[in-house]
Amino acid sequence: MSEIIDLTLSELRKILDRKELSSKEVTRAYLDRIQETDGKIRSYITVTEKDALAQAERADKRISRGETSALTGIPLGIKDVICTRGIKTTCGSRMLENFRPPFNAHVMERLLSQDAVMLGKLNMDEFAMGSSTENSAFFQTRNPWDLERIPGGSSGGSAASVGARLCCASLGSDTGGSIRQPASHCGVVGMKPTYGRVSRFGLVAFASSLDQIGPLARSVKDCAVLLEAISGHDSRDSTCLPASVPAYSEACIEGLQDFTIGVPEEYFVEGLDPEVEKAVRSGIEALESMGARIERISLPHTEYAVAVYYIIATAEASSNLSRYDGVKYGFRAKEYSNLMEMYKNTRAQGFGPEVKRRIMLGTYCLSAGYYDAFYKKASQVRTLIIQDFKKAFEKCDAVAAPVAPTTAFRLGEKVDDPVQMYLSDIFTIPVNLAGIPGISVPCGFDSKGLPVGLQIMAGHLQEEKLFRAAFSLETALNLQIQWPEL
Amino acid sequence: MAKITLGEVEHVAHLARLNFNQEETEAFTRQLNDILEFVDKLDALDTSDIEPTTRAIELLNVFRDDEVRESLPVEEATGNAPVSEKGAFVVPRII
Repeated sequence: MSEIIDLTLSELRKILDRKELSSKEVTRAYLDRIQETDGKIRSYITVTEKDALAQAERADKRISRGETSALTGIPLGIKDVICTRGIKTTCGSRMLENFRPPFNAHVMERLLSQDAVMLGKLNMDEFAMGSSTENSAFFQTRNPWDLERIPGGSSGGSAASVGARLCCASLGSDTGGSIRQPASHCGVVGMKPTYGRVSRFGLVAFASSLDQIGPLARSVKDCAVLLEAISGHDSRDSTCLPASVPAYSEACIEGLQDFTIGVPEEYFVEGLDPEVEKAVRSGIEALESMGARIERISLPHTEYAVAVYYIIATAEASSNLSRYDGVKYGFRAKEYSNLMEMYKNTRAQGFGPEVKRRIMLGTYCLSAGYYDAFYKKASQVRTLIIQDFKKAFEKCDAVAAPVAPTTAFRLGEKVDDPVQMYLSDIFTIPVNLAGIPGISVPCGFDSKGLPVGLQIMAGHLQEEKLFRAAFSLETALNLQIQWPEL
Repeated sequence: MAKITLGEVEHVAHLARLNFNQEETEAFTRQLNDILEFVDKLDALDTSDIEPTTRAIELLNVFRDDEVRESLPVEEATGNAPVSEKGAFVVPRII
C-alpha cells in the first residue's frame, strides 16, 4: 500500500495508463492513508470519500476508453477557499462553516472535466489570512516533519497533505506567499502563477489584485502538469488573461546554458537564518552547475514590500469581506434587536481575531482623511517595487532567493505578535505585488531536519523559464525524495 | 505617540460593522498602533512623481454584451441563507 502513495503524479499517470492499478485502487489507498494518518497532521477539513470513489470509477471508465487526460484518475486535495458545488467550502471560518456553494470554481470545472479525483477540502488560515494555519477556526494543521511546528500558511493543509502523502498533489491560493511559504516549510514544490494566468472565478476573495490559485506537488514537473490543466482564459474573471497556455510540462528541461539568474542582495539580510542561507546558497551553486550565469542584482525597494502589502491587502480585504452580512449566506448571530446589531453581532461572532484585525486596518486605511497617506502611498511604492523587477528582468531570465527567512517555527511562537508573523512573508510578498510568477523548490534541510525552499521568480507570463530553472535545480540537487516518519 | 486612539478604533469598528468589548478594543488599539508604526517606514520614500499601481497587469476594460443568460434558480440562490422565505432573504425590519 505504501508504494502507491509514494508515487509522483507523473509516475502515477503511467501506471494508470498501463492499467497496472485502477484509479479506484489508488483513491482507496489515499483514503485509507487519510483515515490512518491525518489524525496526526489534520490537513483535511472535509474528506469527500463517496464522491472521490465515484469520481475514480468515472476516471477508470475513461481510461479504459483510452480518453485519458493528464489528471484523469489522479487523487488531489483542494484548499477550502475554492468553491466546490454542493460540498462545504468553509474558508477555515465559522462564517462559512456550513456554506455549500451552488457552483464550482473555474479550476474545479477544469479538474472535473479531466476526471481528476478530489479527496477532500484542506485546512487553511481563516480567509487565507495568516502564515501558520493557526488562524483556522477549526483546528491546527501540523508540519509533517515535526508535529510541534506549524506547516506554514495560509495553504498549510495543501502543503502538509502533499508532504505527508495524504494526496498526490493539491491546489492552494497565494496572496502574499500562501503557497510558496508552506511548500518551503513542508518540503514540497509550490508555485504561484502570473496574476491572471488562472481564473479566480469561485476562489473566495481576500485581496483581489493579489490573489492567485496555484499547484503544490512533489516535483517541479507535477506542478507544471497541474498548472497547465488549470490555466487559461475564463470570461467570468475579468482580470484573467487571454494569453495562450504553453505546454508547461515540456518546459521542464535540464540545463541552463544562455540563462542568467539574478541574486538580489536585499534577500540576504539580517534576520535570514544562517542555515537557511547556506541551503539557498548551495541551491544557487547547483543552478550555476547546470550552466546558469549568476549575477548579483539589486531590488532596492524590497524592504518596503511588507508595509505596502499590509495596506493594500487589508484595504482590499475590508471591502471584499463586507459581503458577510448574515443575509445571503453564511453565519448569522442568534441575538439582535435591529439590522445594525445583526450586522455587527454576526461579524463579531463569525470572524476570528486576525480577520477582524485586517478588516479594521483596511477600513482605517481607506477611511476619510487617511486614504492618501496609506492606500495611495502604498500603491505608489508598489509601482517602485514593480519597476525594480522590470529592471532586473531586463538582464536576467530569472531571480533566485530564499522563500522564508527561517524554517518552520513552533506552534504558538508568533501568535501574539502580528508584525513578527507578517515578517515571515518578507521574501514572498514582492512577487504578489508585482504580479509575477514564483516557485518554491526544496533545496535542503537545516540541522533540525526541517526542509528549506529556494524561490525562483520570473517575469510576467514567463512560467516556462521558471519551470526550466526549477527543474534544473531539482535535477542538479538530486535530493532523494525523503518522507517524514509519521 | 499613539497613531490611533481608542475612540478612533471604536469609530472604525462601527464603519466595519464590528463590535468589540473593552478588552478587545484595547488589544486592537495596541496592535493596530504596532502595525501603523511599522508601515510608517513608507514615509521615508519620496513618491510625489510616482503613479500608483492598482493592478499588476495592465488590462483594458473588459466588456460583454448585456444579454439575458441562464442564472441560478431562486431556491439555489437562497439555499445558503440563514433565514429565507418564499424565495426571498429575510432580514430584520428596516423601516
